[in-house]
Amino acid sequence: MTKLLSPNRTMNRRNFLQASAAGALAGVAPGLIGSPAAAQTALTVGFIYVGPKDDYGYNQAHAEGAAVIKKMPGITLVEEENVPETVDVQKTMESMINLDGATLLFPTSFGYFDPHMLAMAAKYPKVQFRHCGGLWTEGKHPMNTGSYFGYIHQGQYLNGITAGYASKTKKIGFVAAKPIPQVLQNINAFLLGARSVDPAITCQVIFTGEWSLAVKEAEATNALIDQGADVVTCHVDSPKVVAETAAGRGAFVCGYHANQSALAKDKYLTGAEWAWGNVYTNFIKAAQGGQKLGNFVRGGLKDGFVKMSPLGSAVSAEARKKFEATLAEAMAGKLSVFKGPLKDNKGNVVITAGKAYAEDAIDLESMAYLVEGVVGSTS
Amino acid sequence: MTVEANDPGLSIAAGNGASLRPLLEWLARRAEPVAIGLVAILIGLALFSIFILVIGKSPVTLFQLMYTGGFGSWFSIQNSLSRAAPLLLTALCVALPARLGLVIIGGEGAVVLGGVAAAAAAMPFVGVVAPIVLFVFMGIAAMVIGGLWIGLAGFLRHYRGVNETISSLLLAYIAIALMNQFVEGPLRDPASLNKPSTKPLPADYMMGDIPGMDVHWGLVIGVIACIVSWVLIEVTSYGFAARIAGGNVRAAQIQGLPVGRLIVGFTAIAGGFAGLAGMIEVAAVQGSANASLAAGYGYTGILVAFLARHNPLAIIPVAVLLGGIDASGGLIQRRMGLPDATVLVLQGTLFIVILFCETFYGRFKIFNPDLWKRN
Repeated sequence: MTKLLSPNRTMNRRNFLQASAAGALAGVAPGLIGSPAAAQTALTVGFIYVGPKDDYGYNQAHAEGAAVIKKMPGITLVEEENVPETVDVQKTMESMINLDGATLLFPTSFGYFDPHMLAMAAKYPKVQFRHCGGLWTEGKHPMNTGSYFGYIHQGQYLNGITAGYASKTKKIGFVAAKPIPQVLQNINAFLLGARSVDPAITCQVIFTGEWSLAVKEAEATNALIDQGADVVTCHVDSPKVVAETAAGRGAFVCGYHANQSALAKDKYLTGAEWAWGNVYTNFIKAAQGGQKLGNFVRGGLKDGFVKMSPLGSAVSAEARKKFEATLAEAMAGKLSVFKGPLKDNKGNVVITAGKAYAEDAIDLESMAYLVEGVVGSTS
Repeated sequence: MTVEANDPGLSIAAGNGASLRPLLEWLARRAEPVAIGLVAILIGLALFSIFILVIGKSPVTLFQLMYTGGFGSWFSIQNSLSRAAPLLLTALCVALPARLGLVIIGGEGAVVLGGVAAAAAAMPFVGVVAPIVLFVFMGIAAMVIGGLWIGLAGFLRHYRGVNETISSLLLAYIAIALMNQFVEGPLRDPASLNKPSTKPLPADYMMGDIPGMDVHWGLVIGVIACIVSWVLIEVTSYGFAARIAGGNVRAAQIQGLPVGRLIVGFTAIAGGFAGLAGMIEVAAVQGSANASLAAGYGYTGILVAFLARHNPLAIIPVAVLLGGIDASGGLIQRRMGLPDATVLVLQGTLFIVILFCETFYGRFKIFNPDLWKRN
């Protein structure tokens, strides 16, 4: 499994930059190197979203990324929203290939990967498929497929720092969809960020059980605030309900997936956002430049896969200072959120003293615990 | 529609030889739902065109795209049929109880639990029995669980006086919660980290496609289920008794018909079909049970059943039509930049207009078989 991650990255930021440079060169000086204007190559690219494109969350983050590449020369963008993870998505992919002539597809929801995208990739070996979040494995999955994802828990750690300074009650809250590793990393990172400011802070978590269930998300947000939480963040597909409900109740909001400052206004501290525009731009440049697309692409804040929302007006000067220092540490690749000694909230030691995980450590991908200070249970 | 009985053309037709009359009688009886249905669809499309014009797009382009995306090529037809397959079974879950006067809207619950039951039933037998035997086991498990689930709504209706519409809907929410509990708990494949699922079926234990087509076997199973249901309702004495009870439950009771058993039996069969839809999702599409089972097939089935006026045979073309609308929805988004909700607006408009046009039944003499008996 370890082979899956860092050592085997087929495309990292450096390769991306090389690809971009090569693409740009070919575009600028076609006459010199005698090739057609590679950056102008006509390419139809399909994007598929599991929810609405304007959800202020997961899907909007991807749609914003798609909007970036739409402006690139030679690109025809085709998009479809609200596509369920059933035979529907297989047919949507086929329809994009057969009726629109798409040759590069980005099915963006986790559940599209297996079996749907893999089935289509076997059927259309000349089309390239790149999936968000899947664990692409060499030898097991076809070479015309691949996956990309970002390490976003450091963003939630930075969220936690602003929350730690903003909280008066020393209680912060987290509305979560499901107790899966990606979500647990974010909850734990959020609390650890807050505890780096004040070790007395606790974080109450409520799992809604679904990726998108507005009523429960509103109930959960209200319940957190009723219990005294005065800063709330979340990991659900659309943070819109959580952000609006919390801000309406006078609590501070840390964003997730996309920028929710328009919803929470002056209650918005900051947010951990995806920067898919960079990722997609690099894929497109590689494709237009005739290069091989990466099959296993990962990155975090320092690689430009993840970004932070601009700090809100409620963030104090002291908080800003620590936030910026920690962000600089992350950008330098020196930040480790999960380091020992660390206990889970049942008292078991989960990371021994002296051990520190980098953001891309494979062990983090199977996280199954909530750290000490998180009030809640994974089951 | 407004043609009167004294229309000369019709008189000639009626006067042309006695041997034609039974055929004409039969045609008149059968033509009514078809004609009213088609006119309703045309009115619905016209209203929808106004909506499209208001938002500044061309309805002509839109209908052309809908045809291209839904039925314009062999690929598009297969696309529509694939989407229609689960709707055949979930529509039966609404149509069968409807013949007894019950409005069951919680078929989604039977779909998801049927899927979980099928995945659980498959686990001990993968690699032990032949795939076809495995599918039978999975199908039985799914139908039993689905049947119990919707049968429960029927039972509560008859013996405890609980409104079956509300109870079936609430049972669907419980079913989805149970499914999440099972796939995230006892049935979870430990390898499914970020999308909790049951252990996937190996490739050689997947149901596969109909030979020569890119549509899975669920379509055939759905069509067979519709035909069997039609026979059950229209031909057998059980179906006759059910229709009596649906028409007037007190009259049926006075006649000594076993109304309670009919209600529980029909709701259980209905739930069984919805459960089977869940099994097919697992065996032919997903390979494992997970949250993707709750894709709304149970709810779209309500629309199909009502549009088909709860006639199991009519469900087949209606499901294909809705599958086609669904299939073309993507093309409309991509080519015209319209939101996904566009096709939902169309489906909703059609639904309302068709329900409204129900009031036209029996209003037009041309459809009255007695007209064709005269002279």
